[in-house]
Amino acid sequence: MAKFLLRRLASSIVLVAIAASLAYVLAAASLSPRSNFEGRNPPPPAAVVERELEARNLNDRTPIIERYGAWATGLVRLDFGESWDGTSVNAEMARRIGVSLRLLIIATILGSVLGVLVGAWGAVRQHRFSDHAITFASFVILSTPVFVLAVLLEIVAVGVNDATGVSVFEYTGEFTPGLEGGFWTLAVDRLQHLVLPTLTLVLAQIAIFSRYQRNAMLDVLGSDFVRTAQAKGLRRRTALLKHALRTALIPSATFFAYNFGLLLIGATFIETIFGWHGMGEWFIESVRRNDVNAVAAVSCFAAVLVLFAGLLSDLAYAVLDPRIRVGA
Amino acid sequence: MTPAADPLVAVRGLSVTFPDRTGDVRAVRDVDYDLARGEVLGIVGESGSGKSAAALAVMGLLPAGARVEGSVRLDGEELIGLEDRALSRLRGRRIAMVFQDPLSALTPVYRIGQQVAEAVQAHNRLSRDEARSRAVELLELVGIAGARERAGAFPHELSGGMRQRVMIAMAIANDPDVLIADEPTTALDVTIQAQVLEVLRTAREATGAAMIVITHDLGVVAGFADRVAVMYAGRLVEQGGVDDVYERPRMPYTMGLLGSIPRVDESGRRPLVPIEGAPPSPAHLPPGCPFAPRCPLVFERCHEEEPALAAVGGRPQLAACHRAAEIEAGGLAPEEVYEVRSSAPAPGAERRNGRPQVLRTEDLVKHHPLLRGAVFKRQVGTVRAVDGISLTVGEGETLGLVGESGCGKTTALLEILELTRPQGGRVVVLGRDTAELDARERRALRREVQVVFQDPLASLDPRLPVSDVLAEPLRTHGVARERVEERVRELVRLVGLEHQHLSRYPQHFSGGQRQRIAIARALALEPKLVVLDEPVSALDVSIRAGVVNLLEELRERLGLSYLFVAHDLSVVRHVSDRVAVMYLGRLVEVGDVDRLYGGPAHPYTQALLSAIPVPDPRKERTRARILLPGDLPSPAEVPGGCRFHTRCPKFAALDAERRRRCLEEEPELRAVGPGQEAACHYAERLAVV
Ligand code: SF4
Ligand code: SF4
Repeated sequence: MAKFLLRRLASSIVLVAIAASLAYVLAAASLSPRSNFEGRNPPPPAAVVERELEARNLNDRTPIIERYGAWATGLVRLDFGESWDGTSVNAEMARRIGVSLRLLIIATILGSVLGVLVGAWGAVRQHRFSDHAITFASFVILSTPVFVLAVLLEIVAVGVNDATGVSVFEYTGEFTPGLEGGFWTLAVDRLQHLVLPTLTLVLAQIAIFSRYQRNAMLDVLGSDFVRTAQAKGLRRRTALLKHALRTALIPSATFFAYNFGLLLIGATFIETIFGWHGMGEWFIESVRRNDVNAVAAVSCFAAVLVLFAGLLSDLAYAVLDPRIRVGA
Repeated sequence: MTPAADPLVAVRGLSVTFPDRTGDVRAVRDVDYDLARGEVLGIVGESGSGKSAAALAVMGLLPAGARVEGSVRLDGEELIGLEDRALSRLRGRRIAMVFQDPLSALTPVYRIGQQVAEAVQAHNRLSRDEARSRAVELLELVGIAGARERAGAFPHELSGGMRQRVMIAMAIANDPDVLIADEPTTALDVTIQAQVLEVLRTAREATGAAMIVITHDLGVVAGFADRVAVMYAGRLVEQGGVDDVYERPRMPYTMGLLGSIPRVDESGRRPLVPIEGAPPSPAHLPPGCPFAPRCPLVFERCHEEEPALAAVGGRPQLAACHRAAEIEAGGLAPEEVYEVRSSAPAPGAERRNGRPQVLRTEDLVKHHPLLRGAVFKRQVGTVRAVDGISLTVGEGETLGLVGESGCGKTTALLEILELTRPQGGRVVVLGRDTAELDARERRALRREVQVVFQDPLASLDPRLPVSDVLAEPLRTHGVARERVEERVRELVRLVGLEHQHLSRYPQHFSGGQRQRIAIARALALEPKLVVLDEPVSALDVSIRAGVVNLLEELRERLGLSYLFVAHDLSVVRHVSDRVAVMYLGRLVEVGDVDRLYGGPAHPYTQALLSAIPVPDPRKERTRARILLPGDLPSPAEVPGGCRFHTRCPKFAALDAERRRRCLEEEPELRAVGPGQEAACHYAERLAVV
């Protein structure tokens, strides 16, 4: 099995390289940093523009293959180059990566765990009121775009704040700038900022996962082996948890990887809406500012995450399903 | 009811209803029975008779929507209506169950040792290690060799027979008082079935449990049960001691069932007793006696009033029939109740002499490479699916090709149907060597060789009405349009269907009718040879007989030749003139049907025949079984020398000197008497049925 995972890891690295290269080439071919200089008032002298672009490997008059070569050489040393205005992409990334990862990790864990539980529970209660309620709620959430959901939650938060007279929920930024205080004050402040964006993402995740898990669970609920477990003398609840849910988790492990891409897109919207200075927000800004190297860096980040999620789901699959472990 | 004063299990008025949008499905209706301590009760019924639902109701394991009424008492304690906690304490400890299809009945993601240990721990406070070692003991008890290592295997790594042993080990883990076995051997090959039945016997001795064995096979319970109950359309229709019920059935349905099964221990072409029609759907039961639409003794009262289960003949035997008393008084036998056509002319060797051969294979070989790897496949072995078989089918003859699953019989058949040059050896059809045909000739020859598969639903296009299904082969072979319609009408009549069936779709027919449609299609082009691949295995017993009779009749009328491939040796005995037995890609014995069944000479044939239970309790109790150890080896690792030596009981009894020959030299088919050949160095005829 270790061999299987190593092989997967190796092919993931190759895939990341390909994805990142494609992203760079696409960004370099379609974005034009030159226009940033040309738009200035007064326009800087042509030679200056040329020099500036050249220094940052952004000159569209250099053949793309050469620019790609320079970029890739940097990347091997984990240097993502500079933005068009000369700031270091690495430094900016260091500032932002934690913000995004916090959101993504919490949303992934909470979303998948709660989603699985909600889905499994819905399946067990099939055709009862609770199942219908869950189904209805998740369809509503699924059919609502993330930004609408975010705005709705904001409205609710404002309502709560007004009603209690305290700012329970914060909805701009990820902390209150200039707030002074001890560790706890700051921690509570961060938490207040964290709740709404995370909740938005988590709700969407729960909706998706629960639908999927419900179906997977329904497939095994009628299985003979669940009946066998009960015939041995296990309580129904034990049989459902230990035998049915355990088996129904296997397809969800695969689903986890597919779903991760969606999660990233959702997170991008959410960062922008709630004014979080994360990778997603940066991506949108960079595209607007024709910042080729920053766009490429965020794409790399996304590719690494997606493939990491894939690796994780392979690992989960192998742990959950002995049939492939034995067969591989 | 039964005389037992204090039954262990008393079932009264048990009914199971599945609510459904289109109306309630009454799967079990008003069932009463008792089970005494240590007794074995067989419950026999066809699919849909409610036999499994009745058992699940006793265990409290029906799906949530089912409505259960009546009473089930275990040692006086009422089980119906108990809540999950109380029931879970009884399940596994006092009543245990062995399910059909052990692959789906075992959780795929846990090791079998874990699953058995879980059964132990469900009712005992044992440490993990104690439970594990108890699990290993149990696995040993049910005959799993190397139990300690095998305990670490996952269900998919075991063969069907092994999995069923695991199920039994789980069921007896807590010394239950009652063991319910639901079709415990249904999906298994005969020799494995014999092993599993033996394990059930052992299990019963080890626990002293009373047993309920649910089956569709009257043979399985004949030698096993003390009493038997027959179920039809959700009710018990006959009940009594095995000897009484098998020898003096008093309910026409039971009579039909007994008459409809071909017997491995009876020679000659006794036509089977087919029961007309199909069992009623439990959602639409006819008024009155549910058997009335199919019963040859039906009279007015039958349609008005459902007969109650009542004693007949002063024996502890009950039958649900208005005319049971008449049947008892007249001592009627099944053949008298069901008017049976006079028997077909006797078959036999003489018929074959001088007849031309329709099919001949010489040393037919089909190997495929065994591949590993996902992207880059590399060959890691060779599957010797068919490894040199030579057989012949004469005109007007039926050759039965038998063997257990994995023996290569289906591969052999598909190779023959290809009508091309085989990988090795020769195939000669109607005097033409298939290796020498050009495309046009091959197409012409295709008309002459047709096939009927096991599962008619899979082989009939569900989007075409029957008339198109039948017309299709005619059109592709360019039969004129007016003629097509005429021929289609002939065909439906030929297979005993009605004109109005022509516009319906395959899925609207019962299994038996569908198989008739498949037969009609095969006959559309007036072939000479029909290859029948397990044509009746998927059908219920009462329907099977009708299809078997039809095949017989068509062969007589149309002068067909059959290559009849099956694993059911009873059916094969019934329909065949000659029989070829296959083991691991080779023929081990070939002979005229009565010679071969009367005195099989190859140890494998002997074991195979001795493993088949016959529906005759007295005979069954005295029969000795030749049990084969282990499972069929993989055709990728064929043992050297005689390929049967790893399981051969005769080999095991030989001295070292004589064993050497088995180990070194592969035996060829040699004559062991007139019209019989066996591939064994030490072949000797032996009567086993
Ligand atoms: S009650 Fe009537 S229909 Fe039913 S089995 Fe008896 S004779 Fe036949
Ligand atoms: S040749 Fe030997 S091993 Fe093979 S069947 Fe005969 S006795 Fe058994």
